[in-house]
Amino acid sequence: MKLLDFVKVLSLDVKSYSDGLQQDVTGGYASDLLSDVLANSKKGAIWITLQTHQNIVAVANVKGLAGIIIVGGREPQKDTLDKAEAEKITIMTTSMSAFETAGKIYQLLK
Amino acid sequence: MVTNQAIEGSFQLIGGIFENAGNASIQLKQKLTELGIKEDVVRRAAIVTFEAEMNVIIYAAAGWLRYYITPQYIKIIAEDMGPGIEDIEIAMQEGYSTAPEWIREMGWGAGMGLPNMKKNSDDFKIDSVVGEGTTVEMVINL
Amino acid sequence: MTLKKIVEILKATIVSAADSSDINIQGAYSTDLMSNVLYYHAPNSVLITSLVNPQVVQTAEIAGIKIIVFTQNKKPDKDIIELANQKKIPLLVTPFSMYIASGKLFQAGLHGIQNN
Repeated sequence: MKLLDFVKVLSLDVKSYSDGLQQDVTGGYASDLLSDVLANSKKGAIWITLQTHQNIVAVANVKGLAGIIIVGGREPQKDTLDKAEAEKITIMTTSMSAFETAGKIYQLLK
Repeated sequence: MVTNQAIEGSFQLIGGIFENAGNASIQLKQKLTELGIKEDVVRRAAIVTFEAEMNVIIYAAAGWLRYYITPQYIKIIAEDMGPGIEDIEIAMQEGYSTAPEWIREMGWGAGMGLPNMKKNSDDFKIDSVVGEGTTVEMVINL
Repeated sequence: MTLKKIVEILKATIVSAADSSDINIQGAYSTDLMSNVLYYHAPNSVLITSLVNPQVVQTAEIAGIKIIVFTQNKKPDKDIIELANQKKIPLLVTPFSMYIASGKLFQAGLHGIQNN
């Protein structure tokens, strides 16, 4: 499944780098702790988090994650979005909780 | 409620010591429960106190938490000797945080502390002087 | 959903002394950020987290969370277990990641916490 499929099915708002929607998604990773994402996430995963600060972009970049979904109706900070465009990272938002977002993605990928 | 007079108390907070984080809030919560105050008010008081406690521990050298319980309301005042807040309006925005990375790794610093405090108070006042400290005053009606 | 069912779905181990007979979980939070837990009001919930420190237990008590699940086999130390026992909050450890644990519970019918 491609990132675009998730955006459509889950009605996610795309906030940066929409070219990234063509990527294949291999799985999901939910965490708000950057060190944990750096240690344990896998390439091609969608990252589900509440964090909105710009450090999330570097982490997604380094790990080759498919994109970041910021949950709970939170908005990414402006410098986060600027950095995401520059580093070609797709950031999406949803008003759903992390639990629900992870739950739905998990069901779609099974 | 079990009292006609004001009840007051205070806790001293030391910055940087996370082991005790939450103790003041939980003690206050117990006290309010013992006084027969309704659960929703107790929960909100515990939340605002906990967030205030965390702010002092994360950012300040030291601070105080004072509470006043009257038959009409609970007032909680958190005062610290911390760095102060340069722009209070921005600081009140959900998600805005000045917390360093190691704080985020401890589960805090997502920029929700002050908004949570305001959300759970009926009256919320904040004053700050950069280089001197911050005082937050919250009232929850009974 | 009962504690027993959660343990079964998450292939979890109970690491605290838990009296679980009357717990009926109605919602779940998956987060590592404690202020987020305090932001919503949902009693009778389970918290799924990878953050293992005493403040998680403190936050759970203040927020009215009934069960804490630590993910990826992260085991709390005895201070944390002791604290949870005092507060009568069962602590579970699951081998699954937060994503998978959330997925499995969601699939089994547990709902997330909505903004209030």
